[in-house]
Order: sequence, then C-alpha cells, then structure tokens
Amino acid sequence: MIKKKTPRERRIILKHADDPNYSNRIQCYQREGGYKMLSRALKMKPEEIGEEVLKSGVRGRGGAGFPAGMKWKFLDRKSGKPIYLICNADESEPGTFKDRQIIYKDPHQLIEGMMIAAYAIQAKQAFIYIRAEFFEGARILEQAIDEAKKKAFCGNDILGSGYSCDLVVHRGAGAYICGEETGLIESLEGKRPNPRIKPPYFPAVLGLYQCPTIVNNVETLCNVKHIMEMGGDEFAKIGKPNNTGTRIWCVSGQVRNPGYFEFECGALTLGEMIFDVCGGLMPGRSLKAVIPGGSSAKVLRADERFSGKLKDGTEFDWGIEDIPLDFDGPMAAGSMSGSGGIIVMDDTVDVVQAMANINAFYAHESCGQCTPCREGCLWMRKITKRMCAGDAREEDADLLLSVANQIEGRTICAFGEAAAWPTQSFVSKFRDDFIEKAKTGKPEAKEPLQLI
Amino acid sequence: MISKKQKEAVTINLDGKEVEVPAGVNLIEAAALHGKEIPHYCYHPQLSVAGNCRMCLVEMGTPMRDRGSGEPILEEDGSPKIGWVPKPVIGCATDVIPGMHVKTDSETVLDCRESIMEFLLVNHPLDCPICDQAGECRLQEFATDYGRGYSRYEERKNVKPKRTRLGPRVTLDDERCILCSRCIRFCQEVADDDVLGFVDRGSFSTLTCFPGRELSNNYSLNTVDLCPVGALTSSDFRFKMRVWFLKETPSICPESSAGCNTLVSSREGEIYRITPRRNDLVNDSWMPDSGRSLYKEVRSEDRLTKPRTDGQDCSLEDAIGAAVAALSVGQVGIVGSCRSSLEEQFLANQLAKGIKAQKFLRGHFGDDDGILLSSDRTPNLRGTLLSGFASAYPKDNLSSLALALKKGNLDALVVMGEDLFESKVDADSINGIPIIFLGTHENATSQLAKVVLPTLTSFEKSGSFVNRNFFLQAFRQSVPGPAGLLPDIQLLSRLLNELVEESFQGSDLDEIWEDMARPASSPLKSLCFSDLKKGCVQLDGSKWASLPFVEKKALHYKPASPKAAKSS
Repeated sequence: MIKKKTPRERRIILKHADDPNYSNRIQCYQREGGYKMLSRALKMKPEEIGEEVLKSGVRGRGGAGFPAGMKWKFLDRKSGKPIYLICNADESEPGTFKDRQIIYKDPHQLIEGMMIAAYAIQAKQAFIYIRAEFFEGARILEQAIDEAKKKAFCGNDILGSGYSCDLVVHRGAGAYICGEETGLIESLEGKRPNPRIKPPYFPAVLGLYQCPTIVNNVETLCNVKHIMEMGGDEFAKIGKPNNTGTRIWCVSGQVRNPGYFEFECGALTLGEMIFDVCGGLMPGRSLKAVIPGGSSAKVLRADERFSGKLKDGTEFDWGIEDIPLDFDGPMAAGSMSGSGGIIVMDDTVDVVQAMANINAFYAHESCGQCTPCREGCLWMRKITKRMCAGDAREEDADLLLSVANQIEGRTICAFGEAAAWPTQSFVSKFRDDFIEKAKTGKPEAKEPLQLI
Repeated sequence: MISKKQKEAVTINLDGKEVEVPAGVNLIEAAALHGKEIPHYCYHPQLSVAGNCRMCLVEMGTPMRDRGSGEPILEEDGSPKIGWVPKPVIGCATDVIPGMHVKTDSETVLDCRESIMEFLLVNHPLDCPICDQAGECRLQEFATDYGRGYSRYEERKNVKPKRTRLGPRVTLDDERCILCSRCIRFCQEVADDDVLGFVDRGSFSTLTCFPGRELSNNYSLNTVDLCPVGALTSSDFRFKMRVWFLKETPSICPESSAGCNTLVSSREGEIYRITPRRNDLVNDSWMPDSGRSLYKEVRSEDRLTKPRTDGQDCSLEDAIGAAVAALSVGQVGIVGSCRSSLEEQFLANQLAKGIKAQKFLRGHFGDDDGILLSSDRTPNLRGTLLSGFASAYPKDNLSSLALALKKGNLDALVVMGEDLFESKVDADSINGIPIIFLGTHENATSQLAKVVLPTLTSFEKSGSFVNRNFFLQAFRQSVPGPAGLLPDIQLLSRLLNELVEESFQGSDLDEIWEDMARPASSPLKSLCFSDLKKGCVQLDGSKWASLPFVEKKALHYKPASPKAAKSS
C-alpha cells in the first residue's frame, strides 16, 4: 500500500478523493477554498478565461486529446443562437473509472469548473450528461447542484454578477455511443444517440438543438478551475510541453494494486506505472500485453520495440516499459492514451479470448447507424466467438484483419473506427496466437454413433 | 416557360478531368451530371442527408494554401498542390467547392464500395428468388457493379421478422432492411406523420412503427418506392408480378388537380401498379396512396363496356346513329367534365358552338391535405378554362342545369360522365328528355340514358391535363381499352362531323392540337402535343387569377393571394 502513495503522484484533481475527513458536501468543499475561484472568475472578462485556458494548453481528457481552449475558440458566437455547455460524464470506455471518482467524491469541483467554463463561453444553459449506470453519481450531483444553487453558485444571477446559467443533470440512456459527443447531443435531445455526420454538424456550430455547443469531459472541466487558480502559464509548466497538467490513469487487469493514480503528464513510464506504482504482476507471471488508453486503444505487445521520431525531432527507441505516460507517448508507440484506462494482461491471458471479449462489447454497443461498424463489429464478434468455441480456422486471422481494415476510416463517428483498432492490433501483433488457435482449439472428433 | 435563374457554375476536377457543375450541389449530383455514377443507398435528392450507408465514399482534396500568406501552394509543374483528405468522404454530404479534386474510381474508392457491399450482404437473406424487389433492387445492382462477387461470410446470419404489417398497405421484411432510414425521413419530412423508427442496436436494429401507431397515412406507399431493397413492400403488389415483365408508361394521376406524374406498370393489357415519376416542379418523387389504386376501376364491375340504346346493348354505329338523331332537333345541353382531357373539352366546346348548345359544368371538391391531394378532386378543371368550355369557376353541383330543366328550355342532353342526380338535378325534371351519356362507369344517369357511349379511362387513352399550377402535362395510353370501344376524342369528333355541317374535325391528337393552338390569343399558342413529351409546360394562367380556386398551400403550390385576386 505504501507504493500506491508513491511520492511522485501529484494530485490536483483528486486532491481530496481519498481523504477520510472530506465529504462531497458543499461545506467541506468551501472549507477547502471552494467556489472562491468562481467568484473571482465572474469578475473577469469571459474572453480572458478563454485565453488562460488556451495558454494552459490543456488537452481534452475524454479520449481524443484535443486542446480544450482551441475547441472553445471554434464556437460560433456570431449566429446569435444560445450557447450550451455539456459535461460528458458518460465514462463508457471499458477500463476507465476516473470521472466516477470525481463525481462521487468531489462533485463541487466539477460544478465550479463547469460554471467557470459556462461563463467563459457565455453559455445559456449547462448540462451534465451522466452515464445511466451511475445512479448514485446522479443523486450526488443533484444534491450538489441543489446546494450550489442555494448559495447562488449556479442558476440565476450567479453570485450577484448578473450572469445566469442553469445546470441540469441528465441521466444517460445506457449506451456506449452516448459518450460520442454528437451521439450524446442527440440523446440529450431525446432521440436515439446516432452520431451526426461531420460536416456539417460540428457541435461548436450546430450542436444541441442546432445551437453552438461545447462538450467537455469531466476531468477537463475540473482542470478549468485549476487553470484559473494558478494561471494558464503556470498550469502549462506542469507536465511536458503539449502534454500539460496532470492525468488520472486507471489501471486495471492483472496487477497487484490496480486503481486510479494522478500524475503529471510524462512524469512516469508505463513500466514504472505497472511495476512500481501498481506493485507489479502476480508472482511468477510475466507481462504479455497492455492496452494503454481504454479498450479502443491499440494493444501493445510486451516484447515489442517502438522506435521513431517524436514531434520535436528527438529519436526514440522504447520497450513497452519505457513508454512515457502522457498524450504523445502512447501515440508515438502507435496507440493512444485515450481516456487513461490502462489494461494490463499477463501471460495467462488467452489473447483470442480477450479479443472475443472486446469484440462482444463493440458488437453489442455499435449503434447500428452506419454500415461498416454495424455489420463489421458483429461479424468480428461472430468470428472470435467461433474461434473460442473451438472452430477456429487458420484463415480467420487474415479475415479478421481484413474486416477491421474495411471498417477503419469509413464510419460516421470515431467510435466506429475505434471499434476496429483492437482487432487490427491484436491480430497483427498476436498473429501466432490466432493461428495456433486453429491448430489446438479443434474439438476432439467424436466417435460416430453405433446404429443398431 | 419561366426561365429559372441560372445557378453559378463551379469548376471541379472529377477523376482528372476539369468539369463545370452548378454551385451548391453535392458530389453525387455533380458526378451524375458528367455521367459518373456514385452509388448510394441512403441519399435521396428530396430527403435530408443521413450519410449512414457509406456507399458513396469518394476521395476528395482541395488546393493547398500556405497557412501564413494564404498563397496557393504549387506543384513543380505549376499546378496547384492538392491536399487530399486522408479518409474517404461521403459524396452525399460533401458539396462542391471551386478547385476541388474528386476521385470516384480510385483503388481506395473501389475498395470502399466492395467492403460496404460485403457488409450489407453479410446479414442479408439473399432471398432474391422470392423477393419482389428483384429486378429493381439497388442491392442487386450495386452488388453486380461494385461487389466482389463472392462471400467470405461463414457465420450464421441474423434472423429478424419476415412479414411485419406496418400498416394497411405496407408489409415489411426486416431481414432485407439495410437501415438506410429513407422511409423514416420520408415520414418525418414529407408525409408529416412520424411513425417509423429503429429499435434495438447494432446489426440487430429493426425498423418498426412506434407503439400503438401504424403506417397508415395516405403517402405510406412512397416508402415502398423509396426503399432501395425489398424490405418495404406494397401489400397490394406483393407477389403479383415480376417487375421485369412490366411495361412502364408515363402518365398523370387523375385523382386531383395536383397532377402527380406517374408510371403505369402493365403487362398484357393489365395494370399491376402505379408509381410516382419524378418531377421536381410538381410532385418531386411522391404521390398519394389513393391515386395508386385508381387503376382498379379499369376492370371494375360497374365499368361500361358495351354501347346501349334504350337500355339494350347495340353496336357502336347504332348507338352513334341514335345519338345523332336525338341531338339533331331542338335545344341541346352539354354537361362537360373537369375529368376530361384538354382535347376532349376542346371538342365538347366545338360541338357546343356548332349546335349552339348550352354548356354546364360542375366541380368535385374534397379536403386538401397540403401535399399532393388537393381539394379540387378533378385533374383538369383549368383545362375547361383553357379550352373555352367554361369561363366561370364551377360550383360543386349542376343547379344551373336544374333551373334550365325546370324552365323546360332543353330538348336533349349530352352528359360527359357526370351523375346528374348527385348534382342537385331532380330525376322528375328530366321528364323524358333524351340523355346521351359518354362515360366509363355506370351511374344513375347512365341507367336513365337513351344512348350510352362507353368511353375510355385515362389509362386507356392519351391526352393532356392542366394541373393546379397551370402546368400542361401529357398522359399516354398504357393499356388497350375494352374491345370495340373508341377513345372519347373519336366519339366527339364523329358527333361533331355528323351534327355540324361543313365540319371536318380530325380525331387525331396532333390535328386537334393544330386547331387548339391556332387562336393568337390562346395560351396554347404555338404548342403541339409532341412538345409535351419532353416534360410539363408552364401555361400563362394570369387571365384566370381572380377565380376562386379552392386549392390550399401545398407542395410546390402557392395559391394566388386573395389581394391579388381582388385587384385583378
């Protein structure tokens, strides 16, 4: 347990998460200086806040890692239509459980961050779209909003500034696709969460109710508060250039101490995370593979070498344990940091079964709108399921790869093609395991029945 | 013709060739203008863009510009450097931009099409031998044109409901559905009756009606036409005929003054179905369900097929002779019809002029649905104005005829299909006056008539109607009429030639058009029937702008404002 509190962990967002003397009530939050930043921010010009966030270089924590300040800049302010702010609390990526900690343990931090963000973009109304399965989370948030409203931290005429913005919790519809921002918007409008085509439906221009809309992840919005507290330039000093701030990593799988850990971006490597922070693997096991950013991210093989040139020109040659945990590190290794869900697999894992598990998820969660993802995901599921049932064929590896390649880049939303990435990476990196399945997995031939 | 304002032209590079296309069109339309097909399922020119089938993926690039200076970046040979979008884009949602480069037949594009076709077919039942859509199925066509031709699918296919009744006229086979959502969008956007939606997720998504609702609106069969595959089928046409046996004849729906353009599909003289024909000025690609069943009256039981005099069947010659005899003496009244073609109305008017007959006319009116079923339930009311048969707007009855009969002014009547006794004419007031009835179906008047001359339905003859927008549109004979009968225009020209001295009225459409187009003041001036083959012709109806036309605002139709009507 000592290792879990490694000195290198730097908790900004999860500062109070595991403090036994801290609760999710407003008194507690205010005791620790909460909502002071909001009252200061309301005295600033909205554009100044946007500038600070842009300067901070904070990148979206939902998965794509797009700079949040830039996203706000794209907002269509000339249309005269109302502007909406949505907090994406759908947290549906397998392997990710960071937003849940924030919502359950420190909801007021999110509310304060959201109200600062709402003021910065001059939103008319703000929503928290929360995953349907977070019953308790929704209740906590509603209680927190109630408390905040009583003290005029949100709702009408916030802290006497004249700025009003109501904040509403909307419980999701229980689908993975509700985490895709345009799908989320459709769902919020009361429809099936079918993602919209882009162009023309970029949320910053044609979002909720065809009005300009900003959709940000929970962690991103919490960061807004801290950016304003320390100033954009100061925030940018945390972590590495282009990978600023801290990140919450959710480690699951076959490590001794799985959990969530907040580190400065790039402060440690994947190896340090697994072997030091998480206490390493079970005795006698060896590392087989790691998925670095939620199940959509491409898998990394333990004995792989990653080499190439970073954006800043420095050359790298990494083993899996050398990959720095930030945005660009896993990207350089051909995968992505995604939503920060690190899934560790040791040598007891049957990769074909792992693949079948992931494929079952995507086949179940494909919204069914566009052809490649709808048909491809189910096909891949059927293949891997059959392989695990003992009817694998040698050509299945190539077929899986080909089906996945037919999905990538041809779908409406990013989730569609992300559904193909696991298959692409699993099959190409563990090709032998897939071929082997055909040789060993065949059921024994039964003796023919003797007819009398 | 009203000349449309020419849209600005844009130059794009289509598969290496510089071509001009109108600004604002999407890549599917732009490529089609230059003979390049970009296959598509979910895209329909008259519905919103959904972009879900992914069949229209193409490669697209735009000339690159320097970020700092904004100057175009050039290749070594001076041509603009193209920044190709790394992923293929959907043609339906990508509008043309000047200088844009598009590849519709590159290796990537062909691979996209092959893969989408494969995906669409993995869970498709491939039951073409028992599928009604076979022969007009986009899935079949594109599988042949763009598919791989073999299947790599070894798994079990999904099972879904095979015959769901969506409504009184539409039956759904869910397994064949490719989830393009055209039907859903049609119901939302055109029929204004949002009843269809998908349930379940992923490949198990299923088209269904909302709970407690059914697809029963009067436009439901358009979803069958829109369906690119055999999922939505017409309960009426289902399993009746293989489509490749059908002969399609362009026609005009006689149901109302909307004048929907149609295709009448027939085989060996029997009509099997009526489907809408695209006309962006009149009916887009739609028509009401009610108009599609009108073909059934061709072979209905009350159809008049034999000429009669005094209630006895006779030869056509005898019947014409009896009619001529009855009309040769005294004052004749002619009851025209807004359902007759323009040519027939013209001949009826010539006859009235020749024998100095009084003219009577009634209209038929109903509710306006604001789309393609207008409150004027006759196809050619405006034709009576253009042909000169009428100058005033008809009422929904024949009270003027009733008055003339009461006064005893009339000695004989020619009735074109109307039922006098449903038009406020008292049966007693006929009082033995001989009625010459020209019509297609039996009614109370035909039963009382001295002479019955059976005529042909609009499916069995050619002619033209003038719709609510004063569009002149031709319909053509789809099937032959009952044996021994003559088209209305031949009957009318016979009567004209027999009754009026020195009359040599031709009975050929072209000859009638020569006469119709002769008067210099006529809006039909310098037109001929063959002009109508090319499409509808806009006529000048300003002369009648002040008449109280009953049609309400509807698809492609705006009533003249009451103010304008008053002032003119």
